[in-house]
Amino acid sequence: MRVLYPFLAVIAFILIALVGVRIPGGQSLIGIVLPYLAILAFTGGFVFKVLGWARSPVPFRIPTTCGQGVSLPWIKQNKLDCPSTFWGVAGRMLLEVLLFRSLFRNTKASIHKGPQLAYGSSKWLWLVGLTFHYSFLVIVIRHMRLFTNPMPAFLHALEFGDGILQVGAPQLYITDLLLVGALLFLFVRRLVMPQVRYISLANDYFPLFLILGIGITGILMRYFIRVDVVGIKQLAVGLVTFSPKIVGDIGSLFFIHLFLVCLLLIYFPFSKLMHLGGVFLSPTRNMANNSRMKRHINPWNDPNITPHSYAAYEDEFREFMVEAGIPVDKELAKPAESAAAGPAAEAAPAEG
Amino acid sequence: MAVPKADKLGVSVTREPSLMTGAVPSKSWMDTPVEFKPGNFCYPAKKSIVEYHKFPNPRDWEPVADDWKLPANWKDIILQGIKERLDKFRSFKIFMDCCVRCGACADKCHFFLGTGDPKNMPVMRAELLRSIYRNNFTTAGKILGKLAGGREMTFGVLKEWFMYFYQCTECRRCSVFCPYGIDTAEITMMGRELLHLVGVNINWILEPAANSNRTGNHMGLQPHTIKDNIGYLCDDIEEITGVKITPTFNRKGAEILFITPSADIFAEPGIYTAMGYLLLFEHLGLDYTWSTYASEGGNFGLFTNNEMMKKLNGKMYAEAKRLGVKWILGGECGHMWRVIHQYMDTMNGPADFLEQPTSPITGTRFENAASTKMVHISEFTADLIKHKKLKLDPSRNNHRIVTFHDSCNPARAMGLIEEPREVIKAAANNFFEMPANTIREQTFCCGSGTGLNTDEIMELRMRAGLPRANAVQYVHDKHKVNTLACVCAIDRATLTSLMNYWVPGVEVCGVSELVGNALVMDGEKERETGLRFEPLAGEGE
Repeated sequence: MRVLYPFLAVIAFILIALVGVRIPGGQSLIGIVLPYLAILAFTGGFVFKVLGWARSPVPFRIPTTCGQGVSLPWIKQNKLDCPSTFWGVAGRMLLEVLLFRSLFRNTKASIHKGPQLAYGSSKWLWLVGLTFHYSFLVIVIRHMRLFTNPMPAFLHALEFGDGILQVGAPQLYITDLLLVGALLFLFVRRLVMPQVRYISLANDYFPLFLILGIGITGILMRYFIRVDVVGIKQLAVGLVTFSPKIVGDIGSLFFIHLFLVCLLLIYFPFSKLMHLGGVFLSPTRNMANNSRMKRHINPWNDPNITPHSYAAYEDEFREFMVEAGIPVDKELAKPAESAAAGPAAEAAPAEG
Repeated sequence: MAVPKADKLGVSVTREPSLMTGAVPSKSWMDTPVEFKPGNFCYPAKKSIVEYHKFPNPRDWEPVADDWKLPANWKDIILQGIKERLDKFRSFKIFMDCCVRCGACADKCHFFLGTGDPKNMPVMRAELLRSIYRNNFTTAGKILGKLAGGREMTFGVLKEWFMYFYQCTECRRCSVFCPYGIDTAEITMMGRELLHLVGVNINWILEPAANSNRTGNHMGLQPHTIKDNIGYLCDDIEEITGVKITPTFNRKGAEILFITPSADIFAEPGIYTAMGYLLLFEHLGLDYTWSTYASEGGNFGLFTNNEMMKKLNGKMYAEAKRLGVKWILGGECGHMWRVIHQYMDTMNGPADFLEQPTSPITGTRFENAASTKMVHISEFTADLIKHKKLKLDPSRNNHRIVTFHDSCNPARAMGLIEEPREVIKAAANNFFEMPANTIREQTFCCGSGTGLNTDEIMELRMRAGLPRANAVQYVHDKHKVNTLACVCAIDRATLTSLMNYWVPGVEVCGVSELVGNALVMDGEKERETGLRFEPLAGEGE
């Protein structure tokens, strides 16, 4: 159910798009209205979510320290895994966001007779995760060719690099392969690895299928089923210049592709995909480990919470304290004259 | 609740079908209810203790019972409690939203490794709470319900929380591996706070917390007993070294206030660590005082809720102020140092009545404690060693082949990693590291932290401690390691049980015990034994 429903949902969305383009006005709806709505939902939802996080304070400074902290001058600090300055944190965040530093640490534990535990290196998730994200990024940037006229030079360079294998016509983009391959790996991994299978929810499979749908329709369009690229470019430029129009017969496949992209944008802010924003705000990563050097302020710190007072403590134990020669702030009430005990007596050696 | 023998448990850990041994449960976790039976839960807090704390819903109740005598509107209380905490803690909010269930954390948890129970995977532990969050606080969850991974708050869910938020020691190992830094310690803290709202809690935490509040320490030691106990330790020191030490208590005008976990002055093997402190301070002629009022380094509030943590911690600064000391020196303790390092200044500062800590012996200013004004004993000692201010004879520890257990909080919430190693290397000749995946920031918990070192869950503790024990076993076999050094009072207590169970022949000690053993004191007699009255290498063998 957790796999099938999201799969069926994506199939259903494809069918909806397929039918939609055939009914009058359907193309405008999918090609013009929906993209605007999707962009609106995405940016609005994204901003709303991030502001929602930002609205909650960070009461305590709780970085996870993953290396030696700042200490005595001759002890070498691990400035990236346990930063104590702004620039250190910036470095740590860059490593985290751009290279998935934490995931790189991943190991795989296994238990053997003995009992004996072993921790093997396990970098596949890191490698494929990184591949997926960067491929996606390159593909998104490549799509800028549709919105720009003339195309900026860096896009040419990117396309050249991505097509460097020089296979096929039109030229095969490496990222297309990598994206689909990575998605399939992530999907199979969820199905096959017992632990991951057990924790996976429908909302983990859905984005996989959705993005896979987007990727496959995109690939079909580029390599196999002809669509009217000129018409698409006209529509794309029209969308960004707020004068969109659909010219000629672009092809249903394009609309399916666009429909799924719009769904992804709309779905994004309401889903786990918001890890894109969350990673920047995670207090265990984006805070400097300097809490003993610089006081961190908690806006809701309650000044009314005070410890059980020393006075109350001494009131309860004064007799014992005096008898044991522990100094007290208030002398015992009764034998007031003979009480030479007190701080002076305390200096005497303990019993023994 | 007899605990099975180690060899038997060892077989069952590796053979019994579990998610660790490759058996996949057929039913979804949402359809797998928890079952309480003797041995898998900690005893609930006594009614009188809950009343003492003025916590909600004091009563006598049983986890195994069908009726937990919850307040009629308990669901509303919980949901309201979640809302409040989402508004107060950004960490909680983000950690509820960001998880992609990549599974990187799954096999990083010592509880999961030792039990194979799927709900002990950190991601799953968080999902127990996240599913309620989704259902009630997210758009997708409100519309799609179960399909979006949401579920209703039910009594069954509450039972799950009680079970699994008390099978987490807030060690933060999972958060090292999480690509978004999701910290299960935060989730567990929230979970426990929520449980407190409806009167679901455990005695092993709340009674020590009550003791800490009233007597100043979790053991409930009264002032004269503290003085007596330390007196006995001084007697032993005199017998072993010939040096007479007379420490002071609650002395106004001392330069330094020294605070350590009360277990260090009360129970083996912590007391040997305390003897190490006493010898070190005597060796230096340090102008310091103990306090009977602030006589607990540990903070059971950290395991309870943030209000209790602040209340108990407040004594440290209050006493430092009353005594007019210049700064505070802290003993060896794990979670105590999480509170001091990451919370104390924020909660109870600013400590503007204290001075920036400066070692009176070396003149080193502890820049890293400039604001909080509290220094860790390992930092203090490492500095002394670097400046050659200690006369050490490491050969006195030649009978010890030492490895070092990084305690969770100093490693992952402070970055105190090299300092204790520097100290050990100066105080002992035989030192070997455990495998890289089990030390430093990847260190494994003792398995009994956050108030779980209670005997009624002994099997669980031994399972959770297995990853740590296993790494010790490795160096025990390879290098004949017989001493597990650590900087944590809970470790000293729990690792001792753990070693006795899994790796007999390995003793647990504080780093300062090694120092005390190696210190050449002025006017001492020739030592025949170590601080435990154990024969030294080459003596009496």
